[in-house]
Amino acid sequence: MTVENDPSPRFAGYAHPERLVSTEWLQAHLGTDGLVVVESDEDVLLYETGHIPGAVKIDWHTDLNDPVERDYINGEQFAALVGSKGITRDTTVVIYGDKSNWWASYALWVFTLFGHTDVRLLDGGRAKWEAEGREYTTDRESAPTVEYPVVERNDAPIRAYQSDVLDHFGSPLIDVRSPEEFSGERTTAAAYPEEGALRAGHIPSAKNVPWAEAAADDGTFRPLDELNAVYRDGAGLTDGDSVIAYCRIGERSSHTWFVLTHLLGFEGVRNYDGSWTEWGSAVRVPIVKGSEPGAVPSRR
Amino acid sequence: MSEPLPAALQQIKDDFRDLEVRDRLQLLLEFSQELPELPERYSEHPDLFEQVVECQSPVFIFVEVDDSDIVHLYATAPREAPTTRGFASILAQGLAGLTVAEVLAVPDDYPSDLGLTEAVSPLRIRGMTALLGRAKRQIREKTAA
Repeated sequence: MTVENDPSPRFAGYAHPERLVSTEWLQAHLGTDGLVVVESDEDVLLYETGHIPGAVKIDWHTDLNDPVERDYINGEQFAALVGSKGITRDTTVVIYGDKSNWWASYALWVFTLFGHTDVRLLDGGRAKWEAEGREYTTDRESAPTVEYPVVERNDAPIRAYQSDVLDHFGSPLIDVRSPEEFSGERTTAAAYPEEGALRAGHIPSAKNVPWAEAAADDGTFRPLDELNAVYRDGAGLTDGDSVIAYCRIGERSSHTWFVLTHLLGFEGVRNYDGSWTEWGSAVRVPIVKGSEPGAVPSRR
Repeated sequence: MSEPLPAALQQIKDDFRDLEVRDRLQLLLEFSQELPELPERYSEHPDLFEQVVECQSPVFIFVEVDDSDIVHLYATAPREAPTTRGFASILAQGLAGLTVAEVLAVPDDYPSDLGLTEAVSPLRIRGMTALLGRAKRQIREKTAA
């Protein structure tokens, strides 16, 4: 750890409080050696309208996804990307963004695929920073290019492929999409682009816990007792469970992955980024329609 | 041989394509800042506007055809959605003053031709294609009667 943790008592109950920083902490630490602030939004232009002073921008689509194959960038591409943002292997990276840190969580999860050790979220993201009237700038990004080692992505611990989901039946699956997508009424979130799934519904036995249940109105994460009520009491998760979360393309489920892993302390949680756009178009995989999870399917 | 683009749309396309990719985003941002406020007669009638669901953030458009057969496009999108505002603004400016026939003749893939696809991703460009499609459909509906 190159930069001290945020000792805020608000985070103390979480399993890994070092994964969050408050707006107050960030304000006080802007410009600290070894700290790089990254903005990651749904809207590719939002950063340009004004951002936290000194922050760099990483776009989920144009930067983190491979432009040709449906996969994340590789170790060389990642090294070039983050090196150009002034991030070294030892840098403390604090990510923030719009929509309750939905896309910031996605970026954090991708950093984790490459084993970047110290990557945190700004609790509350853009909305909270703005609501508190803190400073924005429209200065163009200016980060020194630094050396980042080429580290091969290590998917297995936190990323599930379609075959992993088939092998996972019998263990908990969390579908974080809206109830309408879960039941099969529609294949995309309301007001979102159709990304193409040929069938509607959900993966059998998945529990529906929309991602936003983990977010408070001000964009921060809900306190521990409320998260426990949602995921342990509500969805029935218990310590030792191996969990796979999915959504439509793996972005909303990154938010849930962060909550389960870093706030509630579940180990081995994986994000199935193929999610509904893969499962809903795949041949010969089981699907359930309606609002009930449905039974664990037998092997085909 | 395809029809030449209306002058304003051609100019916008040339302006984008003359720039480096990174500066194209900056130009799109400028467009987003130029999206006009709704005329007063519409500002209190959100019900008249049609939501374009293919755009990532909510955007509403409404098309008028006046007595001289000229199309007027009005659009509104939240401040937190500058990309969407930029798309709407390009269409509002590019289609301004055109006749029904001229708007309907605009190629459906005009958005893909702006050189923005690389800067904002193909997924996002689809939102602008949908906006243009909605505008044309509204015009067809209004002129069919």
